[in-house]
Amino acid sequence: MTTTAVRKDGPAAVTPPPTVGSHVRNYVSRVRGGDVGALPAVLGLIVLCTVFAVMRPTSFLSAGNFANLFTQGAAVTLIAMGLVFVLLLGEIDLSAGFASGVCAAVLANVVTVLGYPWWVAVLAAVATGVIIGTTLGMLVAKIGIPSFVVTLAGFLAFQGVVLLLVQEGTNISVRDEVLVAIANRNLAPALGWALTAVAVVGYAAVQLLRHRNRAARGLITDPIAVVALRIGGLAVILGTAVYVLNLERSRNVLIVSLKGVPIVVPIIAVLLVIWTFVLQRTSYGRHIYAVGGNREAARRAGIGVDRIRISVFMICSSMAAVGGIVAASRANSVDPNTGGSNVLLYAVGAAVIGGTSLFGGKGRVLDAVLGGAVVAVIENGMGLMGYSAGVKYVVTGVVLLLAASVDALSRRRAAATGTR
Amino acid sequence: MSATPLLELRGIDKSFGPVQVLRDVALSVHPGEVTALVGDNGAGKSTLVKCISGIYPTDAGEVLFNGEQVHIGSPRDAATLGIEVVYQDLALCDNLDIVQNMFLGREKHSGIVLDEPTMEQLAAETLAGLSIRTVTSLRQHVSSLSGGQRQTVAIAKAVLWNSKLVILDEPTAALGVAQTAQVLELVRRLADNGLAVVLISHNMNDVFAVSDRIAALYLGQMVAQVKTTDITHAQVVELITAGRSGGLGLATDPGSNGDGPQPADSIPGGVR
Repeated sequence: MTTTAVRKDGPAAVTPPPTVGSHVRNYVSRVRGGDVGALPAVLGLIVLCTVFAVMRPTSFLSAGNFANLFTQGAAVTLIAMGLVFVLLLGEIDLSAGFASGVCAAVLANVVTVLGYPWWVAVLAAVATGVIIGTTLGMLVAKIGIPSFVVTLAGFLAFQGVVLLLVQEGTNISVRDEVLVAIANRNLAPALGWALTAVAVVGYAAVQLLRHRNRAARGLITDPIAVVALRIGGLAVILGTAVYVLNLERSRNVLIVSLKGVPIVVPIIAVLLVIWTFVLQRTSYGRHIYAVGGNREAARRAGIGVDRIRISVFMICSSMAAVGGIVAASRANSVDPNTGGSNVLLYAVGAAVIGGTSLFGGKGRVLDAVLGGAVVAVIENGMGLMGYSAGVKYVVTGVVLLLAASVDALSRRRAAATGTR
Repeated sequence: MSATPLLELRGIDKSFGPVQVLRDVALSVHPGEVTALVGDNGAGKSTLVKCISGIYPTDAGEVLFNGEQVHIGSPRDAATLGIEVVYQDLALCDNLDIVQNMFLGREKHSGIVLDEPTMEQLAAETLAGLSIRTVTSLRQHVSSLSGGQRQTVAIAKAVLWNSKLVILDEPTAALGVAQTAQVLELVRRLADNGLAVVLISHNMNDVFAVSDRIAALYLGQMVAQVKTTDITHAQVVELITAGRSGGLGLATDPGSNGDGPQPADSIPGGVR
């Protein structure tokens, strides 16, 4: 409200330069005000890992299991990354799971039945995703059917399409070296370290350049200590992960050596960087947030709302295609259940657990990765504890419900304190 | 009045199906002045604004901008001319911050990347130029602002684009006393900075506090456009409710006692 402090040079110079302390205080007050961000996902991840580590210290904490987490969670995480875009508009895509199945079936048909090279199959699968997304988006934006209904219809229809594509229940194997490598092979340890270095240096360069640019123009900057902490944090997390993944995890080194970062990890990382860039640094991304926050305001600002709505469904289905390719690679085959059963629930769960709001306007691509990690840890840890599939479904369902409650409650709190 | 009006409307007609909402409306808006557009609910104020801002096409009549005849076919045409509208419901995105809202739909780029520092600087300069001191951080989300601050941001957003004409639709309707005073002060400052301002309001106190001219709509007709100093509070209320007051407004009133639409051809056009 009205502040009485004397100011001479405009709002840019109003607040005192932030310190580390004020930065922390700001964060705490944001969380208390309902803007919890990724906090529940990170806390959940820590709690789950601690519980499983205590219950199954040898099997859960092994390097082999750590690597498994990535390949297990990859497909769901990739689908969730696409779903974030749809959720940002307050829409939903229930067909994403089976869309990934359809794309995987196309991939398998092109590479195995028709015998084309792997890259043709990948292009065909992604193109299928784009076509599916365009169709869904058109139906939602131009005809005006609620996305819930359109994609529920898609959910049923695509299930049928998968069955038709794999000839009523047989499965098509995927034996192409490159495709199988995606989810089953690892990077050479040295390459893993090199990519880590590139990632950390790149992140540091972006952060420091922005800091310098803003400081040079006299704008408010985060304190340099916070920037350094962010860069250091990323370096430590990536470094630890790559170190563990580069440990030998073969049961018998004489037969086969098994070490290095799984190939899916850099794939997810690159897509994470690309989509984060699109959302945070381009006007297209800004417009997605605007349409999700207030569609009417976006329309009056001259934003092509229909165009944005169609495009997010295209992104979602294309990412589902990528997820389908990874799933086909991991299973070495495509069967009628690829992308079915719990894949969609897990993907929506991953996005929401990570902190993306079901009400639209709030979310990041990183949420999908954090949430995907939580889902993968639950699936993996409960499997190691020897629980049946039934118990796993129930627990995952409860976790999804918990995440949605956190979303709804934090939203209510934010509305009450005015800091959404 | 000295120069030509910035915006001049002549003989504007607008119907929605069988309902004629605007009838032979004339209006002139001068730079450096606040023109208050008053009228009862359903008099056609919002429709007139939407015609000016290119949301609705007009059925007849001409629009002159800076003395030249123009055609405003879309909100983009209006924006190109320098016409900005601040809507009653504000049209801000709660989940974006002040800078992001002010540049929404017209972001600055370097390459394909958003140029955040430049946008933040321009936003800061615009707010400083309007002597707006009520927002603490340009990077706070609009949802955390009070009603008056939101209105301020919405108005600053309209000013940012070198606009020549700013139309404010009930800017003080939802505000408290102190915030209303703030916003009215800002409206006055816009006009003092040389902009033409059209203020739509129901509140006579607001109208008399800031306006230079008053234009009264009555059942789709412009019944009077006079200087604020030449008219009294009571006369304006009469114009709004009955369509005439003494020598002002509708000359005759055949048959009708003020409510219900009247035949289009029975009433002469607006009187200056």
